Amino acid sequence: MGNSSLKTNGDLFAAFFRVGLLGFGGGPSAIPLFHREAVINYKWMTDDEFGDTLALGNTMPGPIATKMAGYIGYRVNGLIGCFIALAASVIPTVVLMIILLGILQKYKGLEWVNSMSAAVVPVVGVMLAVMTWDFFQKSGKALGLGRAILFTAIAIVLLEILNIHPAIVILGILILSFTTFKKGVEAK
Amino acid sequence: MIYWYIFLAFFIPGILGYGGGPASIPLVEKEVVDRYGWMTTQEFGEVLALGNALPGPIATKMAGYIGYMEGGILGSIVALFASVAPSLILMVALMVTLLKYKDSPKVKNITKLVRPVIAVLLGAMTLQFFMTSVETSGTLQTVILIVVSYWLLEIRKVHPAFVILMALVYGAVSGII
Repeated sequence: MGNSSLKTNGDLFAAFFRVGLLGFGGGPSAIPLFHREAVINYKWMTDDEFGDTLALGNTMPGPIATKMAGYIGYRVNGLIGCFIALAASVIPTVVLMIILLGILQKYKGLEWVNSMSAAVVPVVGVMLAVMTWDFFQKSGKALGLGRAILFTAIAIVLLEILNIHPAIVILGILILSFTTFKKGVEAK
Repeated sequence: MIYWYIFLAFFIPGILGYGGGPASIPLVEKEVVDRYGWMTTQEFGEVLALGNALPGPIATKMAGYIGYMEGGILGSIVALFASVAPSLILMVALMVTLLKYKDSPKVKNITKLVRPVIAVLLGAMTLQFFMTSVETSGTLQTVILIVVSYWLLEIRKVHPAFVILMALVYGAVSGII
């Protein structure tokens, strides 16, 4: 870290360029791709750190993809890393958009273009399912299976049934962790 | 003056939009269509449709394109900056603070307790993607794509980039037929 070699910057650019070009369906659908590059490919952060980054990213407003890219870039190589990661994830697709809108607005049908991105949707679904399972298993290891199931159930009730905004739930955990859990959840 | 308006039009959705780029789209529409009248609802819908067909984060594609239409390349840069910078600066500042105390048991607890929440959020997104796919591509196509991509990704360990490219080709071919 803090190493401003060309290699690091090149890696950052390549990683977020790939994420930008392969993520169909907006930033949130690119999350498994971010995970793949930052944790598995380049090992810039651990699974846990990625989870924390994602959680904190979700408590804040604004596009998630650029928050993830900017922060990971900043961690790897400071401000320069931040700019490179942002540029790589944003600029190529904006340029594509400006050029293609000019050309393609004439061909309104776009049937094959539409079905191209439609075919990617279930693939992203599978990647998300795998990540879901990963996070659940990690919870099981850290909290114990019983508590992991309990907390997951509570999270489902809060998020999906009571429809409480994730930002509020995560903020609640932040506040609880710093106040009531004096002894902490020590199970390991 | 136009640059100031462009800045405001994308700064506000960036600060108010929780839940990632797609969640801020209605807010962008409110600014761009209702407040500044840069485009009609119809035009906005068409730009959004093409934006969704292209890869990459949607919020920045919209900001970059609309900024370009209203203020050229500088307008595009201003719009991108306004939608990205405020939330990113907040994020970096908070993460740096959090990491400073990463060995404290309290911060470790956050990591543990946040995990089930992330799992549920990802699980909900998974369902959403599968349901969207059933609506647009039909149940049969969706099941085929799920089974094949699971097999490729998790059992054959094919790189996601190739799996996505294969899905794109498959979609293009089935769209033409």
